[in-house]
Amino acid sequence: MYFYNVNELYRAMSPSVPLQEMIRAIRSARTQCEERGVIQRECAAIRAQFRQADNGGRSHNLAKLLYVHMLGYPAHFGQMECVRMIASPRYSEKRVGYLGAMMLLDEKQDASLLITNSIKNDLSHSNQYVQSLALCTLACMGSAEMCRDLAPEIDRLLRASNSYIKKKAALCAVHIVRKVHDLGGVSCIASSGGTPSDNSIPRREPNSVLHGAVVLIIELCERNPETLERFRKTVPDLVQIMKGLVLSGYSPEHDVAGISDPFLQVRILRLLRILGHNNEGASDAMNDLLAQVATNTDSTKTVGNAVLYETVLTVLDIKSESGLRVLAVNILGRFLLNNDRNIRYIAMTSLQKIVGTDHNAVQRHRGTIVDCLKDQDASVKRRALELSLALVSASNVRSMMKELLLFLSSCPAELKAHAASGIFNAAERYAPSQRWHIDTILHVLTTAGGDVRDETVPNLIQLITNASELHCYTVHKLYRALLTDISQQSLVQVACWCIGEYGDLLLRGECQETEAVQVTEDDVLDALETVLQSHMSSPATRGFALTATMKLSTRITDNVDRIRSIVSIYGSCIDVELQQRAVEYNALFKKYDHMRAAVLERMPVIEKNSPGHTNGESTGEAIKDIQPAKVKQGEPLLPPQPANQVCDLLDLLGGSEETLQPCPAVGAPAPGLLINTASTAGGDLLDLLGVLEPAPLAPAPTVPVYEKDGVTLTLSCEKQCDTGLTVTLTASNSTDSDISSFTLQAAVPKSVQLHMKAPSGDSLPARRTAKVTQMVVLNNPNKVNLKMRVRISYTSQGSAFQDTVQIDSFPGLDAAGQ
Amino acid sequence: MMHFLLLFSRQGKLRLQKWFTPVTDREKKKVIRDMMMLVLARPPRSCNFLHYRDLKIVYRRYASLYFCTGLENQDNELLGLEVLHRYVELLDKYFGNVCELDIIFNFEKAYYILDEFLMGGEVLETSKVAVSVSMEEADTLQETMEEYMSKPAY
Repeated sequence: MYFYNVNELYRAMSPSVPLQEMIRAIRSARTQCEERGVIQRECAAIRAQFRQADNGGRSHNLAKLLYVHMLGYPAHFGQMECVRMIASPRYSEKRVGYLGAMMLLDEKQDASLLITNSIKNDLSHSNQYVQSLALCTLACMGSAEMCRDLAPEIDRLLRASNSYIKKKAALCAVHIVRKVHDLGGVSCIASSGGTPSDNSIPRREPNSVLHGAVVLIIELCERNPETLERFRKTVPDLVQIMKGLVLSGYSPEHDVAGISDPFLQVRILRLLRILGHNNEGASDAMNDLLAQVATNTDSTKTVGNAVLYETVLTVLDIKSESGLRVLAVNILGRFLLNNDRNIRYIAMTSLQKIVGTDHNAVQRHRGTIVDCLKDQDASVKRRALELSLALVSASNVRSMMKELLLFLSSCPAELKAHAASGIFNAAERYAPSQRWHIDTILHVLTTAGGDVRDETVPNLIQLITNASELHCYTVHKLYRALLTDISQQSLVQVACWCIGEYGDLLLRGECQETEAVQVTEDDVLDALETVLQSHMSSPATRGFALTATMKLSTRITDNVDRIRSIVSIYGSCIDVELQQRAVEYNALFKKYDHMRAAVLERMPVIEKNSPGHTNGESTGEAIKDIQPAKVKQGEPLLPPQPANQVCDLLDLLGGSEETLQPCPAVGAPAPGLLINTASTAGGDLLDLLGVLEPAPLAPAPTVPVYEKDGVTLTLSCEKQCDTGLTVTLTASNSTDSDISSFTLQAAVPKSVQLHMKAPSGDSLPARRTAKVTQMVVLNNPNKVNLKMRVRISYTSQGSAFQDTVQIDSFPGLDAAGQ
Repeated sequence: MMHFLLLFSRQGKLRLQKWFTPVTDREKKKVIRDMMMLVLARPPRSCNFLHYRDLKIVYRRYASLYFCTGLENQDNELLGLEVLHRYVELLDKYFGNVCELDIIFNFEKAYYILDEFLMGGEVLETSKVAVSVSMEEADTLQETMEEYMSKPAY
């Protein structure tokens, strides 16, 4: 025999020697294989023993089996033995039998039903320890059926005079309530008001019974609002009990570091929370008590903080008076400064819950929260990140963003994606200036480019095109970033795109916002070629780089031959995507050289789609509204074949009619061409594939239809199909003062269907600096004589103007309006 | 309520498992694996709280054993730490200076003590003394019964 623990204080129970022998044998096995061998032998012996008739060692055998089960080996053959043991008259066998039932059986096994009868019998046993075994097992693995069957028994035991049984019956009842949702079987329990001690809650009952009763009441109240109403009247009693606990002297039995029975205190606080929620009367009754607990509880140890924490949660959840609320938030603030990480963690969790409702109170602690971003612990960091993101507001965005960007550069990998997307959202909502916004996004891309979402690239590009005065600054910055590091794909893609678009600005050298740096054409082409050739670049990135190189052919003067040779090399590239592009660009150089300039022209400002919409998402609206693809003759604004990359960008953003911000003045319009809003550009592009035949660059016919007081309205139209027609109205303002709130309304003959798309904007700056365009889709199924009446309204110099014009003839259609 | 209570060693050996909700064997194994992976990977002096699926995990290391429990969202984590601590105190009182070997060789006693302290995922008895008294009496009952039936000779 071998005892590991020869401590005299070892309780006077003889250790199960056969069990200990077996455990020793298993532990001394040196390899997994050896262990398996020992276990197989033992299991065989156990199985043989089970088959034998009643012998004295049955409980030892089952215990051995349970040990084997804990190691992870199968032990199903012990289930029936458990059932037999439970039915045995011997307490030692019952004890192990019930333990086995809890470990091997669960409610899903059929064998569990077999013990229902034994449990029922044992619930009425004369010995309370046998009763307790039955109660414990029922509460652990009782199925709904078993619970329904035995509920009346439990109800009876709840009223028993023995507090040992009462407390166990209470928690067993809790299990029943949880299992039997229809509460039919529990109504008997509910109707008795729980334990008899509930409705009056005399304080004579031992704490454990009170605790059990409170847990049961909580469970009943959470499931049934009527029960909740009934139990509201116990609030004064609960307050009294709580007061007793808080103010009582030292009670050795229940004391934990100076707090008297913290388990019961926390439970009562939780019940008070439920009873006081949304109820003025109950909340008033507990106000004083909560203030007392909050101020008197010693917070040097964890246990005191546990009680304070629960108090704070309760105060914040009931209709407490404002003074108490402030006290609660202050406690959380104190927690934030605590040395113990756990306390800081739960403080932030709680503050997160109230950041919506008590925003200002939480803002006061912003400094501490931001400091927690630098904590070593991953859990604390996560909480601090969430809370910091929730605290970003228009007034503190600059300083908060600085901290968040600092955090991003050193944060653990699992938080990077979340942090990056949080920063983007905050930047989008509160950006104080466009330059700041672009800088922030660039910063994120350089530090965490690998963890950002895919739509970041098109979003950033759209942002850049919108900030027309920053093009020079942006392209310089991106070029420098490209020179330093070409591994972050999203950054490289944006950089390539910008260099392609704004390469001329880059080469011009001077820039208002950054220091001047001389960049030669060769430098730029070198940079792009490095990206093209690097093994770090993904295929998509190389596509960006090739397109950018091509675009530069119209923006640079000396090195066009170099570009030609680069492009032709890639004509035999292994990557099919690149090869296709290169071949088509080659074609642009050779056969369609006359089109090259127009094709590679500067892009118009991209309209902003609603956030979160991408091409692939099926959120419906954006895609449904896409204008049926219509070919505008000779209006290629963009390079042809990258219907993939570049076209994708516009498809993402151009398909929608929902403009978040009215599109500002379109920069650099091609001379003579009507600049369409990008809402059709996407569709146009898809059809440009068909336009690659030599076609004359004939502009769409535009006809002025209204001219008065300096406001001009012109019209052009396109036939979509036999009965469909799209009319584009363009307005401009040649006066010296700006016009705002410019709107157009249209009316057509009855049988004609009319659909007005969103206008590009509603302000007409003075002196024709920008125009507003609006498209109108008409459908003329009956082919009636097409007429349209347009009402123009606007505000100029503080006064409102309105006028109407009738349009009888549409250019491009014959007289009958067909 | 607590969903489970696990005790495991630094080497990843399970010493005690108590489940308070019905869980399949396969699911149990997965949770045990995941808990060990998450908890054993934590650096010392880190926060004792984790997130796993929809549960809050509270864990603490006592000598060579990790005590780990899963709580629901509205439960008080700090109190969870106190529950773990109370259980360790009860074990300590019962075994006298408890160590991992005590729990290995007398695992059924560890379970009995647990069943006197917790039930259905809730605290059952808040007094240390009461738990000790119950354990003593139950053990005496077991002894008496065993003495009554002749012990097998070993």
